[in-house]
Amino acid sequence: MRGDPLEFITYISEHEEQFLRLLGQHLQVTLLSVAIGIAIALPLAVVVVRVDRLAKPMTTLANVGQTIPSLAILGLMLPILGIGFLPTLFALTIRAILPIFLNAYVGIRGVDRAVVDAARGMGTSNSQLLLLVELPLASPVIFAGIQTATVQNIGIATLAAYIGGGGLGDLILQGLAMLDTSVLLAGAVPVALLAMVTEIILGRLRRVVVPRGLQIDIK
Amino acid sequence: MIALEHLSKVFTSHGQTVAAVDDVNLEVGEGELHVLIGPSGSGKTTTMRMINRLETPTSGRITIDGRDVRTLDVVELRRSIGYVIQQGGLLPHFTVAENVAMVPRLLGWKRQQRRERAHELLALVGLPPERFADRYPRQLSGGQQQRVGVARALAADPPIVLMDEPFGAVDPITRKQLQRELRRIQGEVKKTIVFVTHDIAEAFLLGDRIVLMSEGRVVQNGPPADLLRRPAAPYVTAFIGEDRGLRALAYTSLSEVAMAVPNAVPVTGAILPGTLSLVEAGRELVAVGPANGDGFWVGDEVGNPSGYVTYRQFATEIAERLAAEGVVGESAEAVMADAVPR
Repeated sequence: MRGDPLEFITYISEHEEQFLRLLGQHLQVTLLSVAIGIAIALPLAVVVVRVDRLAKPMTTLANVGQTIPSLAILGLMLPILGIGFLPTLFALTIRAILPIFLNAYVGIRGVDRAVVDAARGMGTSNSQLLLLVELPLASPVIFAGIQTATVQNIGIATLAAYIGGGGLGDLILQGLAMLDTSVLLAGAVPVALLAMVTEIILGRLRRVVVPRGLQIDIK
Repeated sequence: MIALEHLSKVFTSHGQTVAAVDDVNLEVGEGELHVLIGPSGSGKTTTMRMINRLETPTSGRITIDGRDVRTLDVVELRRSIGYVIQQGGLLPHFTVAENVAMVPRLLGWKRQQRRERAHELLALVGLPPERFADRYPRQLSGGQQQRVGVARALAADPPIVLMDEPFGAVDPITRKQLQRELRRIQGEVKKTIVFVTHDIAEAFLLGDRIVLMSEGRVVQNGPPADLLRRPAAPYVTAFIGEDRGLRALAYTSLSEVAMAVPNAVPVTGAILPGTLSLVEAGRELVAVGPANGDGFWVGDEVGNPSGYVTYRQFATEIAERLAAEGVVGESAEAVMADAVPR
């Protein structure tokens, strides 16, 4: 390895077009996987909360699922989905579902029973109970799950490079192969920054999503 | 009118069946407040929750104005019945006004109409709407939350209100205040109320009738005075407690013992309201201090003197009531010493 550690900035500016394309791929696959993850995990959690006997098997499955390495999911899907964008999206979606599902399940289950009882006693239908009471009250926990999934997937998306899925992982792999620190860092540093910035943006967004009455600092 | 007929509820847990409610029969007349009272596990809450179908009876039936609740749409049934629970059960993400207007919202009222109704009810329960409407439940004290809970139950003007230990989680002073206010509100709105509590004083203060339950069964069902004067079982006496003689005093009002206005006595000194109980009157006399003359005046609803009670007669009334309840010795003397200024 050679050179000044800050040389990666020069590398990025010299390869701006390539860098932006990889960054775009990275963001695209991450956000898409989280969106699909929400679309699958949230309804699933709602159903599992309602159907008691699904709770144990589903949460166990989700917990076990968390322990499977991402790279293993990519490898396992190789014969079925081949290489490129699709298997990457698939693996990241699986990764996103798990924390979103667990948080949503725990969040909805954790809503104060007295509040649910009062709401039912006032005559909320099942869907009103869900939309007016359970989801808003569980929203801080649900949102935390989405936040975790997003930040985590920004990191995992670098693995896409191994199966031709693109993204900033390409630069990392290239850098390793060429023993060129500036190339490696041109991939790694933006990924780390991206994860941090996303965390901050989602933290802000959380204040918009979570109902005012639930926020800690209301006066 | 709410009628419970041969109502039973059996729970099964760990292979054992427990009759939480066992052949309960009850009629709650229009505009009456019935208190279900008993120790934990006596089935009072379960009985109440079967009325708005939060629990399903194992056998028997409940009718409201002759219609079996099982034949009614469960969501509509619940919207037509006010429901108050301990600590209010307020929705923490809704403002106070939004909480109060919850059932109107479910019923599809317009926003403006809901807002007006919420303000009206907040005023009724003693929370000035301009100060409280836009706060969140977390910003209220326990007592204030309970008031919101009561306002919410009344929002859609339901004929029936169910109250499950509504004042159970507040301090004794606030509780007393809330009880008095509920009495005032009930005087205004005249709802048919089923009220669950384990606080005997609360039951006596609020109930038109008291239904004492034990192990899923009704032990006695009658006006408060009946439970004192004619306890149906030793259990009733035991539950009410040894101070039932004092309770009897608490349920005799001054106007019941005052004599017609004697013309000879000039109207001087404080005039005590005729609605005061003998116990309250005694306290009042002690507070006011010795007055001139041999007695005091009792006022009617608007405060005009309508009767007179001599100190001697007052003491006799108290002593007789205590004697009738079999309360002897120290406590009787204590009450008399308290009641009569020296």
